[in-house]
Parts: sequence; C-alpha cells; structure tokens
Amino acid sequence: MKNSVLFGTLAMAGLSAAAASAATLDDVKARGNLNCGVVTGLAGFGAPDANGVWEGFDVDVCRAVAAAIFGDENAVEFVPTTGETRFTALSSGEIDLLARNTTWTFSRDVELKFDFIGVNYYDGQGFLVPTALGVTSAKDLDGATVCIQTGTSTELNLADFFRANNITYQPVAVQTNAEGQQQYLAGACDAYTTDASGLAATRATFEAPDDHVLLPEIISKEPLGPLVRHGDSDWADLNRWVLNALIAAEELGITSANVAEMAAAPTNNPEVNRILGTEGEYGAMLGLEPNWAVAAISAGGNYGEIFERNIGENTPIGLARGLNAQWTDGGLLYTPPFR
Amino acid sequence: MSETHAHTTAFVRDAVLPQQPPPATASGPLRWMRDNLFPNWINGIMTLIAIYVIYRIVSGLLPWFISPTWDQPSLSACRALFTELGQSTHQACWGVINDRWRQLMFGFYPAELYWRPTVALFVLLAGLAPVLFGGFPRWFMAFALASPFIIFTLIWGGTIWVPIVVALGLVIAVVAFRGLVKRNAILATFAGIVLPILFWLFLVGPLTAVLSDALPIGLDPVRSNQLGGFLLSVVIGVAAIVLSLPLGILLALGRASDLFIVNKISIAFIEIVRGVPLIVWLFTASLLLNYFLPPGTSFDLTLRVIIMVTLFSAAYIAEVVRGGLAAVPKGQYEGADSLGLSYWQSMQLIVLPQALKISIPGIVNTFIGLFKDTTLVLFIGLLDPLGLTNAIRASTDWNGIYWELFIFIGVLFFVVCYSMGRYSMYLERKLQRENR
Amino acid sequence: MSSMTDSPPRESFRLSQLIYDTRYRSLTIQVFTLVLVCIGIYWLGQNLLTNLASLGLQPNFAFLNSRAGYDITPSIGTWITGYTSAATHWDAALVGVYNTLLVAFLGIILATVLGVIAGVLRLSRNWLVSRMMAVYVEGFRNVPLLLWILLIYSIFSEALPQPRDFREVEGAVSAASMTWGAFAATNRGFYMPAPVWGPGSGVLVAVFVASVVAAVLYRRYARKVLFDTGRMLPMLWPMVVIALLPVIAAYFVLGQPVSLSYPELAGFNFSGGLRVDNALLALWLALSLYTGAFITEIVRAGILSVSKGQTEAASALGMRPNRTMNLVILPQAMRVIIPPLTSQYLNLTKNSSLAIAVGYADVRATLGGISLNQTGRALECMLMLGLLYLALSLAISFVMNLFNASMKLKER
Repeated sequence: MKNSVLFGTLAMAGLSAAAASAATLDDVKARGNLNCGVVTGLAGFGAPDANGVWEGFDVDVCRAVAAAIFGDENAVEFVPTTGETRFTALSSGEIDLLARNTTWTFSRDVELKFDFIGVNYYDGQGFLVPTALGVTSAKDLDGATVCIQTGTSTELNLADFFRANNITYQPVAVQTNAEGQQQYLAGACDAYTTDASGLAATRATFEAPDDHVLLPEIISKEPLGPLVRHGDSDWADLNRWVLNALIAAEELGITSANVAEMAAAPTNNPEVNRILGTEGEYGAMLGLEPNWAVAAISAGGNYGEIFERNIGENTPIGLARGLNAQWTDGGLLYTPPFR
Repeated sequence: MSETHAHTTAFVRDAVLPQQPPPATASGPLRWMRDNLFPNWINGIMTLIAIYVIYRIVSGLLPWFISPTWDQPSLSACRALFTELGQSTHQACWGVINDRWRQLMFGFYPAELYWRPTVALFVLLAGLAPVLFGGFPRWFMAFALASPFIIFTLIWGGTIWVPIVVALGLVIAVVAFRGLVKRNAILATFAGIVLPILFWLFLVGPLTAVLSDALPIGLDPVRSNQLGGFLLSVVIGVAAIVLSLPLGILLALGRASDLFIVNKISIAFIEIVRGVPLIVWLFTASLLLNYFLPPGTSFDLTLRVIIMVTLFSAAYIAEVVRGGLAAVPKGQYEGADSLGLSYWQSMQLIVLPQALKISIPGIVNTFIGLFKDTTLVLFIGLLDPLGLTNAIRASTDWNGIYWELFIFIGVLFFVVCYSMGRYSMYLERKLQRENR
Repeated sequence: MSSMTDSPPRESFRLSQLIYDTRYRSLTIQVFTLVLVCIGIYWLGQNLLTNLASLGLQPNFAFLNSRAGYDITPSIGTWITGYTSAATHWDAALVGVYNTLLVAFLGIILATVLGVIAGVLRLSRNWLVSRMMAVYVEGFRNVPLLLWILLIYSIFSEALPQPRDFREVEGAVSAASMTWGAFAATNRGFYMPAPVWGPGSGVLVAVFVASVVAAVLYRRYARKVLFDTGRMLPMLWPMVVIALLPVIAAYFVLGQPVSLSYPELAGFNFSGGLRVDNALLALWLALSLYTGAFITEIVRAGILSVSKGQTEAASALGMRPNRTMNLVILPQAMRVIIPPLTSQYLNLTKNSSLAIAVGYADVRATLGGISLNQTGRALECMLMLGLLYLALSLAISFVMNLFNASMKLKER
C-alpha cells in the first residue's frame, strides 16, 4: 500500500520505473496500466475526440489488451508517436505495445529488434488521383508530382515502383495525412500515395469525393500490425493471442453482445469454451485471469465489430472488408487454433 | 477709459475679436495628414501604396472571416449551411474552435479539473509579481518561493506531501548552511549541498509514504500525458525558464571566472548547446535521453522534454546574465573586494542583485523565444496546440479544416508574446530611468 | 591580499592549504570541477553502452554506405551530387547539407535586406508606413516561426494556380498563363528560363568576371579621387557600363554561346527551364520574414543609437539625406548592429531545420529524418547532425567576428 501510494505520486510527476526489464507483464501489472503507442491522428485508426477520448481501429487493439490484463479497457495510457519516434519509444521501454499502422517488414522485425504480434489490417499502397486528370493506371503517372508521407515504408515502395517501371516522378514530402490531404486538394501534387485504407478514408471526407479516384494498382504489400520489443516472448505471446482471440471470436460468432452469455456456461463448441475460459487453463498460461478473452471481447467487440465501428462501410471512412475478411469469406484472416 | 481710447485712435481695435479656428490645413486631421502621410511626394506615393495594400488584404480576408458558423458541429454541416445560404464554401468554419477550444487550451486535462491550471496561472502571476514589479512586503517573497510547489501540486495533483517534503529539503539546506557558516564556510557549503541531496535520495520516499498514510490529503492526480495544448506549452516554457535560472547563473559566473578549467567547461557547454538547433535537442530527448540514464530508469516524454529544454535555455540565460554581469560597473566589483568580501559573498551581496536586475528584460525575451519554440514538440509526438491540430483534423468531423485552427493558435500566441514583449520594454525603460 | 602572496610565509605544506590558501584554492576548485565533469561524462557514457548492449544495438556508422532507397525532390543538393534512390545514405546526407547551406545562405541575404529596409522605414516620418512596419515586426516576432512556415507554405499551395491551369483549352481562356512566355508561378514551384551553356561560354564567363573586377577597380579609383581631391566622379552609371558592355559585346562576338531553355508544359508538369521548389521558397520567405522582423528592430536600435548631432552636422555640411544615411549614420550604426545581427544569422541557420514542416530536404529531413527512420540509427544520426550544426554555427560566428573586427572604430 505504501509503495503504491509513493509510486502513484512519482508516476504522476512523470518518473516511472522502466518497462525495459525482462518481464513486461509484471511491469505493466505493477504500473496498473498499459502504455500503448498510437498515431498522433489518423482518421478511423486513432485520434482523440473532443473529450480527449482516443478512438479508432488501432486504439481498440490497445483497449482489448488492457481489458485482457486488467479487465478494464480504460487501464491504458495512449502515447502519441510520430513516424520517427515510434520505434525508439518502443525499444526504450516508454511504451509496451505499438499499435500504429506499422508495416511488418524484415528489417523492422530482425534488424530493429521488434516482434510483430500479427496483422490486424492487410493493406497495400495505392494512388489517389483527381478524375479530371484522366489517369487510369499508375503507370500513366510518368512525370507526375506525388505527395508522400515521410518516414514510412511507402516512401521506399514508391521509389522502387517508379524505378521498376522506368518512369519518373517528383516527390512532395508531407509530414502527416492531414497535410498530405491539404496539399493534394490544393493541386500541389497530381497524386497522393499512402496505404489504400488511408486513401479511402481521406477521400471519404472530401467535399466532392466523386471527383477523385483510387487507381487500380496496389504497388506493395502492407501488412499492418501491432508490435512489441524483441526479447520478451511471454509478453509477445500475450499480445498475439489477444489479437487472435478477437479474430477467432468473429469466426466463432462470439460478439460483445453474447460473450457474457456464452461465457456463463460451457457451450457445445470446445474451442469457444477454451477461448472464454470455461475449459482449460489458457488464461493462467498467459499469466492472466481465466476470463481474459471475455474481457477483451467485451471491451470493443470482436474483430469484425471493431472494424465495422471504426472504419467499416457504415462509417464515414467506408472501407470494405476485402482482404480483411475471415478466411471463410475469402479474406486473409486465419487464426491458429486455440488448442 | 476705453471710450476715450476709441475716440482718439480710430485704427486701434477696441474689442477682442472672437477666436477663429486655425485654417483647415494647419490643424486638425488635415494638418495631421499632411505632416504624417503626405509630407512630400515620395511619402505620398508610399502612403497611397500602403493604403492600397491594406485595402487588398482587408477586402480579401474579411468575407472569409465573417461567417455565421460558430455553432456548426462539423465541417460538412458548415458546407451544408453555406449551400443553404447560397454562399461560396470558401468561408471560415468557426465551429471547430467552438468545439475544440478547450482541448486547444488544456489538452486532455480532465474537464472538471480545469480550475486547477487556471488557479495555477494566477499563482504563477502572483508569485512572479515581486520579482517583476518590486515593492512588495517581505512575507510576500515567502509566497513567491512557495509558488512553484503550489503550481506543481495544482497541475499534477497527487498527495500534497511530495512537494512539501521536497521543499523541506531546501529548508534543510538553508538551515544547515546558516547553522554552520559561522563555524566553517567550506563545511557549511558542503553540508548545504550534500545534506538535501541525501535527504531527497533516501528520505523523501519513506517520509512521504508515512505522511500520506497518516494524513491522506491531496488532489486527484493528473498524468503528464494528459497535459496538452497551451497548457503544455506554458508548463514546458515556465518550468524550463525557472529551472534553468540557477544553472544559467552558475554558467554565467563560470564563463566570467578567471579559473581556466571552469571557464572553458562553461564556454564549451554554452556554445555546444547554442550551436545546435532546439529541434535536434528535442529529438535527442525523445530518442536518446533514456539511453543515457541508468538501465531501468525511464522518464516520461514530457519530463524528458522539460529536462532538455531546461539545459537548452540555461545556455541562453547564461548569455543574458553574462551581459548583466558585464554591465555592472567595475567599481562595484572592486568595492566588494576592498571590503574583504569573499567571491561568493561579493557575488551574492553586491554583484548578482544588480546584474540580475539588469538581466530581467533579457530573461523575459528568452522566455518569449522559448515559449514560441515549444511548438516544436509536435515533431516528437507531444500534443501542443499545433500537434493537436493534427489530431483534430484526423477526426471525421473536422477532416479538411485548416486555416481556422492555425489562425486561432497564432492569435493566442500573439496576444501572450506581445504582452510579454511590451512588459519587457517597460522594464527596460524603467531601468534606464533608474540608472540615469 | 597581494602583500600575502608577495611574501609567502616559509612553512611546510599542509593539506588544509588546498582549501584555505588562496594560492592553491583556485587549483583545488578547478581540479574538483574537472573530476566531477569527467565522472558525469563517464557515467552517461557507461549508461549508454550498457543500455545499447542490453538492446543488442552497437554504435556503427556502416549504415551510411548502404542503399538509401528513397527519392528526394529535385533541389540544389540532388543536382550537385546527382542523387538517385540508388545512392547511399551518406549521399542523402550530403544532399541535405547542400540544401541546408542554400536555404541558410539565401535566408541570411533576404533577411538582411528586408530587415534594413524595414528598419529604415520603421523610422520614417510617414505615419502609415512606420505603423505598417510596426505591424510587420510585431506580427512576425510574436507568432511561432513554425506557424508562419506552415501558413506561408499553404498560401503558396492554395493561392497559386496548378500547372494544369496553364493548359490551353479549346474555345476557352485557360485559367492561368505564363508571364512573358518564360516565367510560371505554380503551386508546385516557380519555373523560369535556365541558361544552356554552349561551347565558348567559358570565355564569356571569364569576360564577365574580368569586367566585374574592372568595375570594382573603377569604384576604388573614384573613391580615391574623391578623398584626394574632393571631386566626385559619377559612380553608378560607369560601373554598370564597365560591368555589362564587354559581356554583351563578347556574347555577340562569340556567336551567342549561351541560350535559354524555357519551361514548357508537358504532361503533368512544366519541363525544361529552372524549377524552384515551393517548399524552398516558402521556407526561405518565412525564415527571412521572421528573422527580418528581429533585424528590423536591431537596425532601428542601431540607427537610434547614433546621436542626432551627427545627422545635424551632416546636413550642416550640405549632405543630402540619403548620403547622410549611407555615409554618416549607417557606418556608425553598424558597430551596434553587427553583434546582435550575428546571433540572428545563427538563429536563422538553426531554424532552417524546421524545413521538416514543408518537406524541404534539408539535412534534418534526410539524415536526421528519413535515413534515421529507415535505419533506426538514432544515436549515430543525431551525433552527426549535432556536430554538423555546431560546425556551421562556429563558421558563421567566425566570419561575422572577422567582419566585426573590420568594422571596428579605427583608433589612430
């Protein structure tokens, strides 16, 4: 008790013990909240509302993890990170989990020493152009000016794409999506390129969305996923299986509405029982309560609910499930079994 | 008398004429215009050009500014309103300010606690009053000294015992120094430095725990990452300036000192810090500072930024104070020496009071610069007002909004910086009068 | 005190003397400070190594030789180094250095010009003009530079026409057209004719350099005549003639070796000619206007510091006002102006690192931005960046100190 009082007072002054030690879960539990790195503002994926409450697709992953650990989806501190500060924030222990539309690449995984815990959004890099340009393919963009966010993997893909097709372009570097949107609408660049999801989200908020078109080419694979530090496999496992639980929940028909009911008593489906903790000791193996997945799913719903609420077709962002549908529906979401 | 007078000399006027107004060209607005706007033809042309420029700017901007959109909940609502009114959509949508001004001011600070930063601001102004204006009773100085601790408690909340116990360390330092200085000055200095450090390192924790268990008084704690907007700018700026003052003064003394090594170390620190842009230091704070601390410690980003900006502003304060030290007449230094005062005594009693007084306008100007530069923290992901514009523009309601936010922020910065600049000029004039 | 040190008492050395004896005390303090600083640096370095080792990262500059893989907007840096995305991170850093140097150099010149003009106008008798200058100074000084950079950049991209507005449409007036068929201001950049150096242009350049030297020599001669005899030779026109006439003559004699390539609308953008990126222009303008506002106040204070008697004496000698300003007031004001001016130049150079806000590829954006982000080598990049800016600052201080020394009152 004494320690926690002191700890609280010191933490409020900004001083806190590092999470860089071996057992991240212990540190997180001792601290009483999860530190989750998010984007500084990207429509649908992570932004604070007028009351300062963070919401978005990536943000809900943080909330689910917090709910799995503490049973409280609000036991999470959101740390806004930029494209440049995100990796150091994670490796220095300032955040425990980075959920910020980050592409899973070899060098980030191996050279920068991170562990991607899965993919929560399968994306690809696309181009947005005004219909008036009359461009139908990205290969028609020879000599065009292209707006591109700096500090992202899209920058490298763009250079490679134009080089491979032996055509030229002029990059206009922008810092944030909001800035890219403004430059693009002002006509300072002919095309705007970033992850196709972001382009669709951006286009949806235009004054006249029909004057702009997404080109058919997707020039790269962008598996976006949350990541943790390399070296703490227990912590990586925990995060990985929370994400898997969200995806599996959708596959198995567990929703935020019926999860309490399904968890109340063992159902006929053993896998549902194992996820919801009515069978087996899966929670304990992760170092969590037996109802960890119940809490995670109650927080924001299963993967499908999170998708629909933040970026789905009924939101202003209006993204179709596409690659992010369950494998049973022709998408790529395919969780390993809970067994 | 007058009658006879009138009688004798007919050409002398016997009654005072009613006063005529001066000719229109020699007084009033016409005279003023001739003197100040059209004294010669070159100036006349410049005036006409100036009037034209002002007309173009005002006529271009005014229709954009005047826009009945204060109550609109989103950008699309604004656009719908313009279409309904049959106006061009190239008009300001002020609803965003109405919707988000609290966030721009306080960041994510809990809404029901907004009174705390507000009170803290008044405590700050009151605490600064004796320093800035002079002529306050002595007991007020005690309040000024306590005000940093009060402000800390108000903004971050938590148990009140932490700031009290930390302040106790300072009291211990003063008591130890005062008690021993008669016996042995060196020992007193040593005790004055080492005792409080030992106290802070080893006793603050347990003592605070005991006290807050016994008497749990305090405010709701607020974490640093809930600070944002102008509150964050002010907190970083004020904390950095206040914390950098002691270090800055030491560095200035070091730079003015004859001791070779001390002098060179001070110069190296000052020049290295001043030679590198703040944005590089901020990135260092964000990316590297944690690496320089013992393994296992970690500060949150706001605190790291405050540490870095403090070091940064210390170098600038040092240069300002160096100017102040140079402006103290040499006779004062010599007078202090001839009284047989030691170096620290002469500095403390004779030189620094005068030098610091001269330096205050410079310190205020440094603060203005620093306050403006706090906007750079947006590049490392802190949500200052400019950083918040990104977050606001990422919400679906306000995606695509631009000028309104930047103009609002610009005007706020202008008001604060302009008034501080005026104050610093007033101080300079006052000092000139006093030195005459 | 001096009497004590003159005849030191002959006695054996005691340890307490290190503290109490003024002869030794300063040494003690210095050694003590040095040891403390060394311990501090050692402590920080040790922490750094321990932390990096525990993360499995080792300081290593080898990444500089690996392929950068990203493109940079065409700029002076890419032009000098011939940068492509196949070049290395080191090349990208060099591009950034050139771009930083360019914007700092241009900024210093424009800021000085703006500052001096506004400073003189600020003291104008014309109420409206001096008020406007006051508004300029206060407006720019009291609002963060970052905000101005963003605003000016947005004004450029919102207010200027797009390249496709220049396209001629059948049966309609195109939305924008080029000035004199040679200049185009678009929201992506300014296009202007670029010289094409044909054979024989080397001779032309040599002639140009020679005639500029000749013009300078003439100026010296005219000054000497003025100081020796008091006769005032015309200055401006002869200098222009000496500088330009031989060049024009040589240009035609050599058969017009230099031609111009005009920008032309081709595809999405203009091609040919010289393109100045809007990011550079906006950054340049914002830096210059911001720093110019500070220089205005410095110039004003400098001019006010020259006593009124000087102006009156000059007009008593029959000098015209602009001569009074050039020959009497400004030279004296310079001595007050230069030291604060130096620090403004340093500020401008350091502030050019805000190029990040408009996507101008300065060294902060390439080495300290994209390269850092792609390789994750934060320590190495920041170290190089810090040293580079430090060297730049020291170089500027050095030059300005030389200039200051040359402007000092020559006491005879």
